Amino acid sequence: MAGADSDDSLYPIAVLIDELRNEDVQLRLNSIKKLSTIALALGVERTRTELLPFLTDTIYDEDEVLLALAEQLGNFTMLVGGPEYVHCLLPPLESLATVEETVVRDKAVESLRKISHEHSPVDLEVHFEPLVKRLASGDWFTSRTSACGLFSVCYPRVSSTVKAEIRQHFRTLCSDDTPMVRRAAASKLGEFAKVLELEYVKSDIISLFTALASDEQDSVRLLAVEAGVSIATLLPQEDLEALVMPTLRQAAEDKSWRVRYMVADKFSDLQKAVGPEITKNDLVPAFQNLLKDCEAEVRAAAANKVKEFCENLPEDSRETIIMTHILPCVKELVSDTNQHVKSALASVIMGLSTILGKDNTIEHLLPLFLAQLKDECPEVRLNIISNLDCVNEVIGIRQLSQSLLPAIVELAEDAKWRVRLAIIEYMPLLAGQLGVEFFDEKLNSLCMAWLVDHVYAIREAATCNLMKLVEKFGAEWAQNTIVPKVLGMANDPNYLHRMTTLFCINALSEVCGQEITTKHMLPVVFKMSNDQVANVRFNVAKSLQKIGPVLDSNCLQTEVKPVLEKLASDQDMDVKYFAQEAISGEFCNCCSRVLCNFAKTKVSNPKRYSLSKLRLCHAPLKRLVLTRPHISTSLCGNISIMPPKCSRKERRRGFSNRSNVEAAMSDRRCVFQCESKSTLFGLPEVDARARERARERERARESESFPTSKGRYISIKACQHILLHQIHKIMIFKKASYDPFKLKN
Amino acid sequence: MSSAATTAPSVDKVDGFSRKSVRKARQKRAQSSSQFRSQDKPIELVQLPLLKDVSAQEQPELFLKKLQQCCTLFDFLDTLSDLKMKEYKRSTLNELVDYVTLSRGYLTEQTYPEVVKMVSCNIFRTLPPSDSNEFDPEEDEPTLEASWPHLQLVYEFFIRFLESQEFQPSVAKKYIDQKFVLQLLELFDSEDPRERDCLKTVLHRIYGKFLGLRAFIRKQINNIFLCFVYETEHFNGVAELLEILGSIINGFALPLKAEHKQFLVKVLLPLHTVRSLSLFHAQLAYCIVQFLEKDPTLTEPVIRGLLKFWPKTCSQKEVMFLGELEEILDVIEPTQFVKIQEPLFKLIARCVSSPHFQVAERALYYWNNEYIMSLIEENSSVILPIMFASLYRISKEHWNPAISALIYNVLKAFMEMNSALFDELAANYKSDRQRERKKDKEREDLWRKLEELELRRGIQNSDGVIPT
Repeated sequence: MAGADSDDSLYPIAVLIDELRNEDVQLRLNSIKKLSTIALALGVERTRTELLPFLTDTIYDEDEVLLALAEQLGNFTMLVGGPEYVHCLLPPLESLATVEETVVRDKAVESLRKISHEHSPVDLEVHFEPLVKRLASGDWFTSRTSACGLFSVCYPRVSSTVKAEIRQHFRTLCSDDTPMVRRAAASKLGEFAKVLELEYVKSDIISLFTALASDEQDSVRLLAVEAGVSIATLLPQEDLEALVMPTLRQAAEDKSWRVRYMVADKFSDLQKAVGPEITKNDLVPAFQNLLKDCEAEVRAAAANKVKEFCENLPEDSRETIIMTHILPCVKELVSDTNQHVKSALASVIMGLSTILGKDNTIEHLLPLFLAQLKDECPEVRLNIISNLDCVNEVIGIRQLSQSLLPAIVELAEDAKWRVRLAIIEYMPLLAGQLGVEFFDEKLNSLCMAWLVDHVYAIREAATCNLMKLVEKFGAEWAQNTIVPKVLGMANDPNYLHRMTTLFCINALSEVCGQEITTKHMLPVVFKMSNDQVANVRFNVAKSLQKIGPVLDSNCLQTEVKPVLEKLASDQDMDVKYFAQEAISGEFCNCCSRVLCNFAKTKVSNPKRYSLSKLRLCHAPLKRLVLTRPHISTSLCGNISIMPPKCSRKERRRGFSNRSNVEAAMSDRRCVFQCESKSTLFGLPEVDARARERARERERARESESFPTSKGRYISIKACQHILLHQIHKIMIFKKASYDPFKLKN
Repeated sequence: MSSAATTAPSVDKVDGFSRKSVRKARQKRAQSSSQFRSQDKPIELVQLPLLKDVSAQEQPELFLKKLQQCCTLFDFLDTLSDLKMKEYKRSTLNELVDYVTLSRGYLTEQTYPEVVKMVSCNIFRTLPPSDSNEFDPEEDEPTLEASWPHLQLVYEFFIRFLESQEFQPSVAKKYIDQKFVLQLLELFDSEDPRERDCLKTVLHRIYGKFLGLRAFIRKQINNIFLCFVYETEHFNGVAELLEILGSIINGFALPLKAEHKQFLVKVLLPLHTVRSLSLFHAQLAYCIVQFLEKDPTLTEPVIRGLLKFWPKTCSQKEVMFLGELEEILDVIEPTQFVKIQEPLFKLIARCVSSPHFQVAERALYYWNNEYIMSLIEENSSVILPIMFASLYRISKEHWNPAISALIYNVLKAFMEMNSALFDELAANYKSDRQRERKKDKEREDLWRKLEELELRRGIQNSDGVIPT
């Protein structure tokens, strides 16, 4: 490293070599992960002549480092000088493809497959294909395993002599004496068949398939099943019977349950591949056998496919086949001894009703549904209930309601809270299908009982459920049935129940609207601010913050603010904290509302309202967006703040770099958009629609200017990109002690 | 808060996903068998006379008949079916066991295929699916083979047959062939420990008597292990197979063949990476030590292999590794020790400073081993500088007082070994730390510079693609 300062270009390789030899794996890993940086700094030529040979020589390391290396090399084409030099990457990847660790090897193969597409046909024959051959005839099984995945990518683009060689190699690997290689070959057989000419599929692949499907190891045989499905899709119908079916038939009756399981699992793919005739003659009896298999695993896999299988039966004979062949088996499965089988069946059985039509459903399926609704295993019942909508379309849910109710009640009181949670999630759906009267009569009390469940997750889900119900049945229904009961809980001796009231109010305020919230809920919340339990009090503060957007600002000013101020001087630390949070949160809401109002008034009378009234500081604005990315829809529809298009983690870390703040009125006249020019996330994407809108707006009005603190005017052209600190400047503070509550509409 | 205390809801103890309820349900059918495919008709076997009741000439024929009868399989999941016949088969098998143990001259050429056929019929079957998806051999109860009452006798019969004095491998090798062995090896995945134990004896006998099958058996075991390590991480019989291998390795001729060395490095060492190592670690360590006793030059690759696969996040496994390493050090030759002492003691220094006290403790116990101590003493000029920094730091910082005490002893031992070097290291300790810190900072600077360089390049050819 000494003297590196004199020559900048020696620097990177010096760092890399130094770090690659470090004892600390983490440092070696860092170094490898930055390989693209180093290559970029080195330039393409030195990457080819120095870096890659170095990497090829030093491949003996922790698997983690090798994995990173294998991944990096797949994206290296541009760094070695583009497609004409891509073959330089082969030597290091070749040695990585022979490593023992499967993860590394798979990654190396993935990278090799990726760069194979970047080879020219000539390079493919000169460089890539010899590599595949070397791997295929390697001593140790790992290289041969890796080779299996590479045949199909080079086969289509090489000359016919080389093609013949490749086929020969593949054939050899299919009869390799290590089962690992045979497994790899079997799993790639279907893929390889797809790139082969049809004549070779018939002459080569079929015999390989037959051999693999009768391998002595069941792990090989089961992979051949999957290949069989792919092969069947390639062959013309008339050849199927002779070439593929005997083997597949044999697989369906294999002595190993793993193979039979695989057949059951791939059954609908198989059905599609072989067409209606073979399905009728062969697959139906095979499917019956699988449904009656002696291993529960196989039965469950087959039961899962019942609906799909029936759906795909040829239409002319569908009903008869189902009624005479499938349904009897299904009936037996309903009372299977294994619960997995039953629940697999329960998750699809409802789908049969749409296929069989109303009469058959009532006569044959309904008894099965009813039996499963009474099953001892909760999972079975849940699966039936979760698929009620299928039946609803055919016969209406009323047919079931008599048996449904006891099942629901029982699930609602199940000892396992996860079961209770699952049934709560279906409540809105059930309510929608059963109608408001039935619901009020039978299910309402259940929904209320969940609110006092002793598991928090259930109480939480119950509040959410209430909100969805109100969305369905309307605010008036809420006021009459739910709200009184919820508010009644505010006087419960148990503080957890009192808190539940608050959580319900949080959830319900928005769907119930301003009137109910102000009139009925708010007083209760205020009353609870004097609760003796601190947890309740700080939840009051949180609730006030949550329901703030629903209230009008007059009420905020005169009623909410004093309560929050009182809480902010509470003796409990947490209460204080959340009250202050709420005050600044209110502030956020106010800010955004002001922004909207401003937008409205500005348009009607641009001269009168200056932005000096509008104060927003950077922090709350940022918080507003960060904490409520959904605000665009929930907040009066007037202001929308669009979160940047990036992952949540990036948003958390680097949000301030790029965000769109769009304050748009209902008629969308005014848009602020700010975007930093940082390249952290690449170039900012400008929404095409936004740009279109911007142009429209520009045409609609000339330039409009807003005054800044110094009296200068910054003109904001709609949708112009401005930095966040600029918007910050627009919304300056004139006074340090800014009180959001003093703003009037 | 008073109201909270008095009215807090009673917590339902039954609630939650306690695994007990699941367990209970499973215990009902902790037996399983894939052997039997449902048969509707009840099975009828003709009762044959006892072997001892017939004349010596008739015995061989009767013996064959009985073997054929024993090929009939019964459904043991249905506890009520064919009770009489099950009992009959059991007593017949018992009789056969006694017969092969005691009588002489019964083994004619025709009996071999019949015996092998009877055994194959009974023991070779597809193993049933495991009850739980993730069968954890340490946590879960194994599923027991339902047909064990018969199976056990079949195994016993077969073992007696193989051990019998009249048994002739040259005749039997026609029937006990590679396919037979392959199926036998697959059965080692059985969850039933009793069955695996029988299989172990059977395979051991076969390996001993059939010289032609030896290489094949070793190769298939290799395949099972490789598949276990790199593909499935699931195989129940690893410990049993390793036990057999332990005695096989013991019998290897010197010098070792390349094949055996490859087996050590490419198969046995990677077995250390498996999650369920604890289930077969003792057997594995035994095999490795056997190898080293045969050929000490293998010590370096073995220890380097262990260092490569050293567990980084699992302290429990780290303790096991340290135990194995001590076993290896116990038999190490001083010349070999010198070759690997540097990387080895860098690792030990790391273990000693592990915040997990069991790891630190296990590593520090090395200093109670006299042979290891003597090796350290001989090479103290190399080892002391490697160990010193960690020991010195940990002696002041470790949270566990027992560890601190142990470290103190180790430091004392070092001081007595080479006091001049010790004093020098102690004096340089601070400046060394500073140098290290400086190096770290330099590294950061280097990376920063590198990034700048990259940025500049990126700007220079801004039309090029910048991969990230």
